[in-house]
Amino acid sequence: MYVAVKGGETAIRNAHKLLAKRRRGDTSVPALTLEQIAEQLSHSVARVMGEGSLYDETLAALAIKQARGDLIEAAFLMRAYRTTLPRFGYSEPVDTAAMLVERRISATYKDLPGGQVLGPTFDYSHRLLDFALAAEDGDAVPAAETAPVEDVGMPRVTDLLGDEGLIEPSSTDSGDAPVGDLTREPLSFPADRDLRLQNLARGDEGFLLALAYSTQRGYGRTHPFAGEIRYGEVEVEFFAEELGFAVTLGTIKVTECQMVNQFAGSAKAPPAFTRGYGLVFGQVERKAMSMAMVDRSLRWQELGEEPVAPAQDIEFVLSHSDNIQATGFVEHLKLPHYVDFQAELDLVRRMRDEWFEKRRQENGSGNTQEAAE
Amino acid sequence: MTGTAQLQTYDFAGGEYNFAYLDEQTKRMIRRAILKGIAIPGYQVPFASREMPMPYGWGTGGVQVTASILGKDDCLKMIDQGSDDTTNAVSLRGFFEKTAGVRTTYETSEATIVQTRHRIPEKPLREDQIIVFQVPIPEPLRFLEPRETETRKMHALEDYGLMHVKLYEDIAKNGHIATTYAYPVKVNGRYVMDPSPTPKFDNPKIDRMAALQLYGAGREKRIYAIPPYTDVKSLDFEDYPFEVQKFDMPCGLCGAENVYLDEVILDDKGGRMFVCSDSDYCEERRAEGHTGPMAADPAAVHIGGGKQEETDR
Repeated sequence: MYVAVKGGETAIRNAHKLLAKRRRGDTSVPALTLEQIAEQLSHSVARVMGEGSLYDETLAALAIKQARGDLIEAAFLMRAYRTTLPRFGYSEPVDTAAMLVERRISATYKDLPGGQVLGPTFDYSHRLLDFALAAEDGDAVPAAETAPVEDVGMPRVTDLLGDEGLIEPSSTDSGDAPVGDLTREPLSFPADRDLRLQNLARGDEGFLLALAYSTQRGYGRTHPFAGEIRYGEVEVEFFAEELGFAVTLGTIKVTECQMVNQFAGSAKAPPAFTRGYGLVFGQVERKAMSMAMVDRSLRWQELGEEPVAPAQDIEFVLSHSDNIQATGFVEHLKLPHYVDFQAELDLVRRMRDEWFEKRRQENGSGNTQEAAE
Repeated sequence: MTGTAQLQTYDFAGGEYNFAYLDEQTKRMIRRAILKGIAIPGYQVPFASREMPMPYGWGTGGVQVTASILGKDDCLKMIDQGSDDTTNAVSLRGFFEKTAGVRTTYETSEATIVQTRHRIPEKPLREDQIIVFQVPIPEPLRFLEPRETETRKMHALEDYGLMHVKLYEDIAKNGHIATTYAYPVKVNGRYVMDPSPTPKFDNPKIDRMAALQLYGAGREKRIYAIPPYTDVKSLDFEDYPFEVQKFDMPCGLCGAENVYLDEVILDDKGGRMFVCSDSDYCEERRAEGHTGPMAADPAAVHIGGGKQEETDR
């Protein structure tokens, strides 16, 4: 019995033991190492770092191992760890134009300075199960041929458009404006774009994907073009007060997506393309693109559009994007609720009694009337 | 760019958490929210709720409040559904035993802090005690108006017409107010408040309670409070006054009347038994020699259990 009677403590202890056993599985099969997970399941690791809101491949690999591959559970482990870490401050904005690029594509230009760099992508692979991979035990991975990179730099597509004034400026804020942080201050509405982007960056990939998809099917259309998607390493800098200059803390891998969307202009502003922005840890392009599309949708007010669709509803989107919150509240229905259920039982029984009583009386009086006639 | 990722190395052996898990800065932030809540009874104070090592919806608000007010000398009672031994109560008690090392108890009178989900102990609480509620949805108007921007405005303007219309429609449709738990109250004549999903049976207990009441909603990032001896009125109408659930029979084990009872199904032939939801209250009465009509039933041994499991204290 799971509740109400004595013994909950023993039951929980044993459940934990059983879980540990199931997690490990058949002990004749070697255990996963963190290196294996970090190296070979890098998309999982990236997702857990992003939604767990903590860039650390080792801990993400550990979380995935501990969570038996449940990525939301793994992200939760990361979040719960992250919350205990001391805060020293906020980094300088990362410069994605200076990214050490591994992949960079633009759907809006055939060619552009720095070129199209496909990099590692599933995009053009045929989704045929690779049975050779099942038997693979090692290292026979052919090296890719690489062309020498011309050192011409790789300007962002939005900067190229911006030079011509064809796209709205990226932000009117100066870099010095304080950024919001929803992990330190409770989110309140209406939320500004910095907080919205933070919320989306931590948000559930599936939720954002569905919302972005809905805008493509007419629920708040934004006419997006994938202006640019780039993935690679950027430096993270921290301004140290004592030194008076910024020092590099290290590098992180990120995917950035700049969506270029239509905008008819207004009485105040000439017609120009508008932006939707996505930035996530690791190579998680699906999420970066979805984030950019949802970001653009949420900007309806400043761009003078009509709010007609779920993806435009700031309070709805931001309140439900966090899968750690969502899974907690949905799954809490597993907790005992029998006290409240008892209260409902009592009321339903009473209402049913009254319903039957009323019907009995109606039928009774009906019959008498008939008899009298 | 390529090559093996430089994985950070960790000393996984070490690592200790602060007393009661939260760091002192966070506790201070939460205490400020609590003080504000006490100063404005029934008002929902936004606070920067932290991610806790248990899931949202499983008591993170209550746990953060308790962690922030807990001292080394405190004695903690942790209940869920009125019982100390429900799974999540066991789990949360274990959390504080582990991270704070405080004394815990099953006895209501021994506790300095009672953290609860869905019930208030039957035994009246004293001035030197604090009760902490775990709250899922702090906003009493949420199911009438889903938008936070709107409900905050309604509270600010004391615009509670919508709630009264809802209660009226209940009566018009069902002949009853169809709210049996999380029954809305008005605190100190000003804010309409959700007393958390306790059955309305417990509403009279929060009116002029001697103990301080603190309510924590972690996922929704709200804290609210009712200071001792504050007037708390359950919403009703003159011709449909508020009333609590009444049970037709006493507790099957200890014979207590006018307490909240759980219905336990004994078999698939309609056999059932009603027992105190407050398991400590029931045990204490039985220890004093009270017996209920079903105390001799074989089922009672199973349900009532033996002596409580002693936890590491």
